[in-house]
Order: sequence, then C-alpha cells, then structure tokens
Amino acid sequence: MAATYDGLGVTETKKVTLFDPAHPLTLVGGDQLDEVVVAYETYGTLNEDASNAVYICHALTGDAHAAGWHPGDKHPGWWDTMIGPGKAIDTNRWFVISSNLLGGCQGSTGPGSINPATGKPWGLDFPLLDMSDFVTVHRALVAHLGVRKLHAVVGGSMGGMQALQWSLSYPQDLGIAVIIAASSRLTAQNIAFSAVGREAIIRDENFRDGRFCEQETRPDVGLSIARMMAHITYTSEEGFQAKFGRKPQHKESAPGFGVDFAVEGYLEHQGEAFLTRFDALSYLYLTRVMDYFDPFAEPSALDAVRADPVRYLVMSFDSDWRFSTEQSRRIVRRLAAAELPVTFREIHSPWGHDSFLLKIDPYLATVKAVLEADTDYRGTVWSRT
Amino acid sequence: MEPNVSPSIELRRDLQVIARNIPAGSRVLDLGCGDGELLSWLIRHRACTGTGIEREEEKVLAAIKRGVPLVEVDIDSQLDLFAPDSYDVVVLSRTLQAVLRPDLVLTQMRRIAPRLIVTMPNFGFWPHRLRLLSGHMPRSKDLPYSWYATPNLHHATLIDLEPLFRDVELKQEKRIPLSPHGNPRALGQFGANLLAASAIYVLVRADQDPTRL
Repeated sequence: MAATYDGLGVTETKKVTLFDPAHPLTLVGGDQLDEVVVAYETYGTLNEDASNAVYICHALTGDAHAAGWHPGDKHPGWWDTMIGPGKAIDTNRWFVISSNLLGGCQGSTGPGSINPATGKPWGLDFPLLDMSDFVTVHRALVAHLGVRKLHAVVGGSMGGMQALQWSLSYPQDLGIAVIIAASSRLTAQNIAFSAVGREAIIRDENFRDGRFCEQETRPDVGLSIARMMAHITYTSEEGFQAKFGRKPQHKESAPGFGVDFAVEGYLEHQGEAFLTRFDALSYLYLTRVMDYFDPFAEPSALDAVRADPVRYLVMSFDSDWRFSTEQSRRIVRRLAAAELPVTFREIHSPWGHDSFLLKIDPYLATVKAVLEADTDYRGTVWSRT
Repeated sequence: MEPNVSPSIELRRDLQVIARNIPAGSRVLDLGCGDGELLSWLIRHRACTGTGIEREEEKVLAAIKRGVPLVEVDIDSQLDLFAPDSYDVVVLSRTLQAVLRPDLVLTQMRRIAPRLIVTMPNFGFWPHRLRLLSGHMPRSKDLPYSWYATPNLHHATLIDLEPLFRDVELKQEKRIPLSPHGNPRALGQFGANLLAASAIYVLVRADQDPTRL
C-alpha cells in the first residue's frame, strides 16, 4: 500500500552510541554520562561537500520521527507538514537530521534508561540537564554523520530554544537558526504551569521517588494530568471554541462529575494517548531544562555569534499565549541589538502554541523562503569565512 | 560587493536618490521596505547591512527571498524593538502620511539612527490644487486612492511638513523635490511646494553636527 505513505514514504528510526566509557559526555552541571545512545532519522541526501544538512530540534514531547511514515501508523511524523519533497524543508534539496533529545524516552538515553553503573534504571539519579547539553549531543551526531556544516538548525518551542543555544555557543556550525514559538526566558506563568505538571507526577502514589520502573508501576495519573493541563496551554480559547464549544461528549448531556462536555473527552484522550508514548521522568527532566534556560543572561552571550553572524528567523503565532509574541520579540530585540541579520514574523493563526505543528501557509512559506533565500552578504560585516 | 555599480542600475528612480544619500557600509533600517529592492541593492553594492519592515504578505516573502532581513512589526507602536543608535540611517519611503502619528514615528526614528531619509508626497502639487478648485479631493499617480479607501491619513504640503521636522528636533540637511516620475526636478528647489509631486528629505538630529557621520 505504497500510496498510503505520501511525502517521504516510509522512514526509519536508527540508533547510535555517541558517547561511551572511553569518550564520556561531560554535562554542563559537571556530571558525566558513560553511555549516550541517540535515536535519529535522516531524510534526503547529503551533498558532496556535506554542507546541505538541516538539523531538526524537537519540542518537549517530540521524538526522532519528524517526517514520513512508520509502517502501520495512522499519522506521519510530527513535523510532516514541514519536512518532505517540495515542502518548506525540502528533502529534494536538504539532508534533514532529526534526533530524540538526551533525557528523552523515545530511543535516546534518558532517566528511564539503565544506569550502566548499577544495572538499574537511572530514575532521579540521572543528572540534571541543560539546553547546552542537548546541543553537545546534537553536535556529536552531526560529526558521526560526516556533516561538515549545517545549512540550518530548525526548531519549534523547546526546539527553538536549542536552535538559539546552538547559534550562540557554536555559530560556526550553522548558516541559519530558525526559532519558532520559543522563548529565551520562561515567564513566571510558564514556570508555574510546568511546576503544577511536575507536582502532579511527583505526588502520584506510584511515582515512588522515581523508582517506579524497578517496582513495575507508573505514575500514570500524574503524567496524564500534567499532559491534560499542558495541552490546554498549547491551544487557545478560540481554538477550543471552534473545536468544541460547549458541545456534549455524548448525544445527551448527563450532568454529574464524569466526562460530559466534548472538551473533557478530548482532554482525557490526550492524557491517555500520552501515556503510551511518554515517560514521567523525562517529563520532569525536560521541563526543568526549559525553566532554567536563560541564554542571554551572560553579558558575553552574543560575543561568539557577533563575530560569526548566523542568520536568524524568529517566528511567533498571534494566538500563542504559552510562548507569546512578546517572548519572540525579546529574542529579536537581543539579536538585533547585536546587529545580527534577523527576520521576524508574527503569523496569524487561531490555534495557539500548537500552530507550529500545523499547515499554515504563510508560516511554511516563510521557512521555505528563508532556507532558500539568495543571500550574498560578501563584503558586508555579515560575511562569513 | 561591487562598489562601482551606480544606483541607476536596477533601482527604482526615487530609490536611486535615496541610495545616493546612504554612505557605504551603513546599517540601514528601511520602514516600509516593500519587496526589499533598496536594501538588497545596498547590501550587494554598498557593503551595507540592514533590516526592512513590511507587513504585506507578498512583499514580505519577496524581500525574504532576496536575502533581506525583515521584521514584521507595527511602525506606529513597535519601533521600541530597536535599540537607540542601533542603525546609521533610517529610511521611511512614502509612508509618513500613512502612519497614525508622524511626529511620534519621527521621534522613534531619530532615537534609532542619527540620519533619517524621509519621502513624502506633496499635497500642494499644482494638479492637486486644481482638483480641489474643481471641488474634488486630489488624486494622482502619487495619491491614487479615493478619499474613503486611502491609507494616507495625513495630507500635508511641503511647507506644512517642514515645521514638524523642527518640532521633533530634526535638521533638514537636504531636500530633493521630485517630479511625478520620481526624478529629481531639473528646476531643483524653485517653486517646489507648487511644482514637486513629492520630496525626499535627508534629516539629521538638530543637536548634532552632520559632518560627524
């Protein structure tokens, strides 16, 4: 049934061990990981001088499967609207790399993995992570794949934060950083939402101080509540109104405390579905990385990129209240003050934060235009060696 | 960069005049940059860097495809995005009459860069006066809209405009009256308020010596 699999067709997640006891990963926090496995996918073909690669950084709950189809799945990868032949990130042109984050739970090493020192799952003994640690691991994958230079690093939400961090730490690696619906510094409200999600998990009686894997149980109630609440922040009033309004879940309303409104059924489904693909410990670790992310805090933060100017595309959606346009403007303000070439757009969309995953034509056209732009900054202070 | 290319190659006529007043290597902010024609030319031929501001979808994409960095913000309310003195030149081409408060926009521009280039259609141009005498609001190539559907909120003649520059502490370094075709007029300043269809102004901060630039 090849016809079912449009776009990239069937894609496959691979795994590679990027750090081992002989070459351990030293984290920003000082801890060391003796084994780091990374799950990744690639699409398209690397060109002869290994310079047409585009790196995709996923958001909080994404995975390596960004585009194309896994056999038997009802849906393609999470960013199939963006990536594929002729699409905004055109696989006829670019060699696309997408990996699962360190600390994740979909093939890459994370707190649910086995700690080689004990033979048991890491649990809360897994070290705290930093946005820069993700970048370090991404770079190791890039080197492993023989890529010389990245045409672009692209990410939405927490993926955009990785793209930003990467561009500031190692501007020489990339031509363009695409930062969509992201933030350079979470607001108190953002942190508050994350905190409630984590509390729901930690206070679940099955959390067992993070040792639930060994005890063959899972904090499913906590994790699904965390997801339900977070999901509300990913959409918008207008989006919910259009999708559900006050429609009842069943033909007749049945007043009581069960699922009676359609929006309640939807949230319950979101919570349940999340349990099949996500781990409570990864949720704790990854949300915490975002809370502490503040890359412009250091006065010297922009020195490296100022000397080797990356091109930026920063985008927000007007109905996104999780990472609002004001948060994108903050990024633009910093980058523009450093006299970097920055393009910024606020895209109209009623669908809130999740808009970055959807087919919104002006948004996708802008990404395509930036990646394929005819830039020649030779002779200007933006020219690069 | 090809420094010997004259602005007369490839550039729209009024943009040629603007380009001639932008020193090589300048950081340029172009408010209402359209499809990025001016900035793209300045980047390629004058070693400039810069940012355009535009909101029309097709023009935004055209400018981006040319490699012109482009920021989608509201000129009336969001110019605070740019730090003081973060540019050398700010260009506002045929837009001042369409912003809500020209005085506030000019003040923001003055904060962002020491040198401003502003073009403005002249409502005192004689055919407009004739139209008014005939009982109708002016319409022309420069002012093609009906009164109810025009983006132009403010109607000023050149001699109305100039006191505004003084009020916001801008000094007129140059005024270049243009013909209806966008060329500098052969007659220069002579009778400009009556005979020029539009004018380009080069402005500097009043408290600042323009030779320092």
